[in-house]
Amino acid sequence: MHDSIPFTLFELSPAEWTAIRLSLRIATVATFASLPFGIATAYALARCQFPGKTLVNGIVHLPLVLPPVVTGFVLLMLLGRKGVFGPYLAEIGIVFSFRWTGAAVACAVMGFPLMVRAMRLSFEAIDRRLELASETLGANRLWTFFLVNLPLAVPGIIVGAILAFAKALGEFGATITFVSNIPGETQTISAAIYSYTQVPGGDESAMRLTIVAVFIAFSALVASEIVQWRAEKRLGHGE
Amino acid sequence: MIEVDVRLKVGVFSLDVAFANGVGVTALFGQSGAGKSLTLNIIAGLLKPDAGYVRLNGEALVDVERGVFVPVSRRRIGLVFQDSNLFPHLSVKQNLLYGRWFAPRGDRRIDFDAVVETLGIANLVSRSPTRLSGGEKQRVAIGRALLSCPRLLLLDEPLAALDVERKLEILPLIERVRDEFDVPIIYVSHAVEEVVRLASCVVIIDGGRVKSVGDPAEAFNRFAYASAANRFDRSSVLTATVEETSVAHGLTKLRHSAGTIWIAGSAGNSGSPARVIVKATDVVLSLVPPQEISARSVLGGKVANIQFEGPIATIEIELKDDGRLLATITRGALEDLALKIGSPVYALFKTAALDERSIGMANA
Repeated sequence: MHDSIPFTLFELSPAEWTAIRLSLRIATVATFASLPFGIATAYALARCQFPGKTLVNGIVHLPLVLPPVVTGFVLLMLLGRKGVFGPYLAEIGIVFSFRWTGAAVACAVMGFPLMVRAMRLSFEAIDRRLELASETLGANRLWTFFLVNLPLAVPGIIVGAILAFAKALGEFGATITFVSNIPGETQTISAAIYSYTQVPGGDESAMRLTIVAVFIAFSALVASEIVQWRAEKRLGHGE
Repeated sequence: MIEVDVRLKVGVFSLDVAFANGVGVTALFGQSGAGKSLTLNIIAGLLKPDAGYVRLNGEALVDVERGVFVPVSRRRIGLVFQDSNLFPHLSVKQNLLYGRWFAPRGDRRIDFDAVVETLGIANLVSRSPTRLSGGEKQRVAIGRALLSCPRLLLLDEPLAALDVERKLEILPLIERVRDEFDVPIIYVSHAVEEVVRLASCVVIIDGGRVKSVGDPAEAFNRFAYASAANRFDRSSVLTATVEETSVAHGLTKLRHSAGTIWIAGSAGNSGSPARVIVKATDVVLSLVPPQEISARSVLGGKVANIQFEGPIATIEIELKDDGRLLATITRGALEDLALKIGSPVYALFKTAALDERSIGMANA
């Protein structure tokens, strides 16, 4: 398909396509796999009181403030072949190191604070009295969560997911530290751009991948704006 | 049958209320901050009392001493808030049916069409609640609570956020709900007119304590002095019987044991009971039976109590045979008439000063 585009700048080489496909797969898996955890954490932080809440909040946000390389190294120490949990996971057939799944884990961890932040704000903005109304009408907390909190938080959840997806596409430091930079397995767009800039004559490839990255990131932002706008329109002005 | 006997401390405020009532509307009346909403929240299960119990038809909803606490979602008590709190992501119809789904199948005795018809919201069902006016929202909120087929309906100042016109539109609807659906109601309000019109039993709460319980006339008259912070809020509630409606003048004549009360408009059939609110500042006192005067309502009685407040005196008149009436006059007038406790007086008030819209009959 790409052969039909006459402009050489947009003739992506098979290696570049591989990096793009891999990036999209890693980011998609990372986003969807962390979604339930993100929603649960955001709801718990917004609505529940439990011991250690501050600690949980701190741990969730840690990847946002730590150097990504540090996060990658911690993942290596925990989930790597010789890490704390790595050998046990390997016994039941789960290996992360030097695999694309490991890259997805790194991306999920790095995107998690962004995801939780957006969702938490959205849960916190829900009028508590709507929850009370739901409970007086006979819905217990679980039903209330699915019938009131979740639908009302959908805009925030989508925005959180898009932010995490964008973050996953751009993730570099933690990924390269944890699972290295293996073409076809763990080399995402970012890692590929980095590699191309390190070799003579790689500038053109780096440029093409940069344009692709800008395009994907911009699409994600536009999508999140549209979601926000539609949700606001649907829910009127607050109530 | 609802029985409440609870205590709760919130900061420096202490609540200690007890009352019980069977059928119809029980009104919790008091100024803001008196503890009515706290009481309501305890009944609904949104707050846990420090001590005491709430029982509904003999079943404990909360009983601190026995360690019973039924969670909100299992109490089956409908609650209507001041601001309707409709779910903005659902349609009006989905809002109305929300609670019905959770009600046990055998208890779904309240019919959707009947509620929609009674509340006049048939044309709203397909709309979004975000596009409704304040009065419409509140009607839908009442319908939503009703359709959950509750064992008790709690209305927490449901009219407070509405303007006078909307209030007058919704009050009769609450009356219809009271009369058509067999659900006991607890109605929280600080508006005497609403309470007098709807309630069969009034619980007056002040400073976290029950000051008076009884039918509206009794309860208000017993608590008349302490309840009013200033003289403009002071009023009495009289119970009378409709005697005849004068079609020619559009007036209704009410018979009270101490005299005659005229009100504008029609107030039900002859022989039915009616309650009238008389503001203390609207009452004029006379030592002789008044003649050639425009005030049409005259009640006889004698002075039971006098309270001073600067240049103003509030006089409590024990009406002949039944009821009490408050009159606020100046200290000068009091001296001129030489009124003392026990003095016989005639109390006069203008028909035009009585709000016929607040006259109602609780079907006790």
